[in-house]
Amino acid sequence: MFAIITLPTVVLDATANLKKHELENVSCCANVNVNRLLLSVNAPHPCCQWPRALTCTIYHAPLVSRQEIPPVFLCFRDRKEWADLEPVPQDDGPNPVVKIAYSEKFSDVYDYFRALLKNDERSERAFALTSEAIELNAANYTVWHYRRVLLQALSKDLREEMRYITAIIEEQPKNYQVWHHRRMVVEWLNDPSEELEFIADILSQDAKNYHAWQHRQWVIQEYKLWDDELDFVENLLEEDVRNNSAWNQRHFVISHTSGFSDAMEREIQYCLYQIKKAPNNESAWNYLKGILQPLGLSAQPGLLERVLELKQTHCSPYLLAFLFDCYEDALENSKENVAEEEQQKTLKKALEICQLLAQEDTIRKEYWLFLGRSLKNKHGSSDPSDEPLADDPEPSVPVSEQQEMS
Amino acid sequence: MDGVPTPLRCFNECHSAAMFVDDGVETVTSREQKKVERSIEEVFSVYKQIHSLPQPTLLREQHYQYLKKGLRHLSDAYECLDASRPWLCFWILHSLELLEEPIPAAVASDVCHFLARCQSPAGGFAGGPGQHAHLAPTYAAVNALCIIGTEQAYNIIDREKLLDFLMSVKQPDGSFVMHVGGEVDVRSAYCAASVASLTNILTPKLFEDTTNWILSCQNWEGGLSGVPGLEAHGGYTFCGTAALVILGKEHMLDLKALLRWVVSRQMRFEGGFQGRCNKLVDGCYSFWQAGLLPLLHRALFKQGESELSRQRWMFEQQALQEYILLCCQNPTGGLVDKPGKSRDFYHTCYCLSGLSIAQHFGNMDLHHEMILGKEDNRLAPTHPVYNICPEKVAQALQHFHRLPVPDGNRQPGASADASVSDPTANSGLGDHQS
Repeated sequence: MFAIITLPTVVLDATANLKKHELENVSCCANVNVNRLLLSVNAPHPCCQWPRALTCTIYHAPLVSRQEIPPVFLCFRDRKEWADLEPVPQDDGPNPVVKIAYSEKFSDVYDYFRALLKNDERSERAFALTSEAIELNAANYTVWHYRRVLLQALSKDLREEMRYITAIIEEQPKNYQVWHHRRMVVEWLNDPSEELEFIADILSQDAKNYHAWQHRQWVIQEYKLWDDELDFVENLLEEDVRNNSAWNQRHFVISHTSGFSDAMEREIQYCLYQIKKAPNNESAWNYLKGILQPLGLSAQPGLLERVLELKQTHCSPYLLAFLFDCYEDALENSKENVAEEEQQKTLKKALEICQLLAQEDTIRKEYWLFLGRSLKNKHGSSDPSDEPLADDPEPSVPVSEQQEMS
Repeated sequence: MDGVPTPLRCFNECHSAAMFVDDGVETVTSREQKKVERSIEEVFSVYKQIHSLPQPTLLREQHYQYLKKGLRHLSDAYECLDASRPWLCFWILHSLELLEEPIPAAVASDVCHFLARCQSPAGGFAGGPGQHAHLAPTYAAVNALCIIGTEQAYNIIDREKLLDFLMSVKQPDGSFVMHVGGEVDVRSAYCAASVASLTNILTPKLFEDTTNWILSCQNWEGGLSGVPGLEAHGGYTFCGTAALVILGKEHMLDLKALLRWVVSRQMRFEGGFQGRCNKLVDGCYSFWQAGLLPLLHRALFKQGESELSRQRWMFEQQALQEYILLCCQNPTGGLVDKPGKSRDFYHTCYCLSGLSIAQHFGNMDLHHEMILGKEDNRLAPTHPVYNICPEKVAQALQHFHRLPVPDGNRQPGASADASVSDPTANSGLGDHQS
């Protein structure tokens, strides 16, 4: 049994932002932003059996004001338009494990989903049921797959599907399936025109959402929408200079557009500028190293000096690590005319940094000590007056004595 | 050792110097980080007050009861994991094996029967009976069956069909989609490599170009992303690296850059690991991130690196154990992401897996333990590639390598699924294969 709904006595303000709790017990509507909806008076929906009422054209679900009696969900097994279909209960076997105590609604919907799947039914009612199933578990990839089959088999309105998936992603932005579904619909429509704005909206709620960034990179690359992306990234970095996803996007855009050769000086400037503002921002340091590494840190003229200058006023473990990397690069890629004495001086500076880091950045002590030992082993002279690194509990052992690590 | 308790790093008077430095520039990132640090500081401080002699204790009995119950019954809060039930089996069984709690034969048999019902007629395992096959539950199901390790368990796996399934999700560029009509990311390569190697269905064609695809996921940060171009991330880095180890190609990565990236993910103050640079600590990265160090250690050793430690991994093992034992245990059983979060079986599995990695250095031949707190906190060692106990890996390999590699004469990427119930039918409609 369910409550009969009459036309709401209070007309909803179209700008109201309805929350899920205000639409409790409405079976096919959740967290809907009324701004995006068209309100209209519709005929009763075959699924829900709602009498004439204001309905949401996305979900075909009625919108009710709080004063109304909330409707009750009618099980599929009690709906006469479904009477021809025999529900298929889940077959977990006689002694199930990891048995989930599904709600009555969940079991009902999925019993019918299984029935539809078994018959490979391709109908409107099947399509409507997928919405129910998705709402109950948006991670059920089998349901999403089936929905896509139906979208094509029934030649459904893909623009409407875009509105649907938009709403679902807003509610559940950290789910794999919803983003993949959106990508499919965009591909079928061959229309990315809403994407950048939509993703920007999601990112405004969580600036590091991995799925959102993945979708964004796909759209940009697929449809060649590079033009405004660097500006977009700069705005995000303006808001949060520590947003590592934005730094990554920066790298992505530049790699695929101008490339780093012409842009290098500008990028170095940008990094140093951000580093001066927030010296302990690891992302900026990682980016600086990341863009220079392919050419070699010691290849960039004057950089070492600039960093040594910064060391006086803007020191950080990241700066020290960067210095180490410069020295290491100098040792690895030294030109033939670099004297052995010069090399040993560089090595000494590098080893000093390792020691310093082992004391300052203690969480990584084991690593910094290894790095020092390794560098020394590779570039050290056979000078017996060399001191072993302090705090080194394990002097190096010849390879032949090392235990086999299978 | 049970004698003199190890002084805890987090009780060191200088420890607060390890807190985040925001340089007076407040952003969302720094606000969130400081919030977490304050809550961790609170945990450390409360612990200090209660315990005069700090001996962190693993709440074995509580975790055991939580796991034992979950293996049978889960509340409706788990409806959201209705398409991941083999995962629930794996997370729980692996947690129990780490705790060295035996699985009763009847339970093991029931798990086998259940996973058999999750196996798709077209090959591979699905998230539940009647669902479509998917690489993630396939990985979980095979691992769970290997943990059980009986003939019955091994025999559940239809190897020929499993190979068919893997070929059906293989893409021309070397990557794999997670399921027919599904998304691509580096997890899929790991899932495929893991099950193929354990069950001995690895063919040269299966992983053609996969190595290069995975390598293209290593980015400017040194870690790996889910797909080429994205941010380096702990979960994806583990999957890509472990997959390459299985394929014998880990040396093709820039190991030094990867090593630098992963060690930088350990949080100075909290002791646990973050998933990405400038994000928050999370107990599950105790495995995904810390688990990389054993893999890198071995890879560097194979490359001829002579300066590797013979006693320790290159991360702060004690600090990680402190984070897990002091901050990630729910007193009623189960483990969590960070204080204030709810317990779940995923975090229980990966916090315990990380704890095991932090406790055990080396392998069967060279083994050095570092158990924080009571000796009773000791967990079983776990294999850093498969994340099941090393004995179970060896046993499975032994069993399946006696069997011939199946034919695998299907073409890769063969199905564009239009028929809903038969994922191998090819009718021209259906999803674009990404």
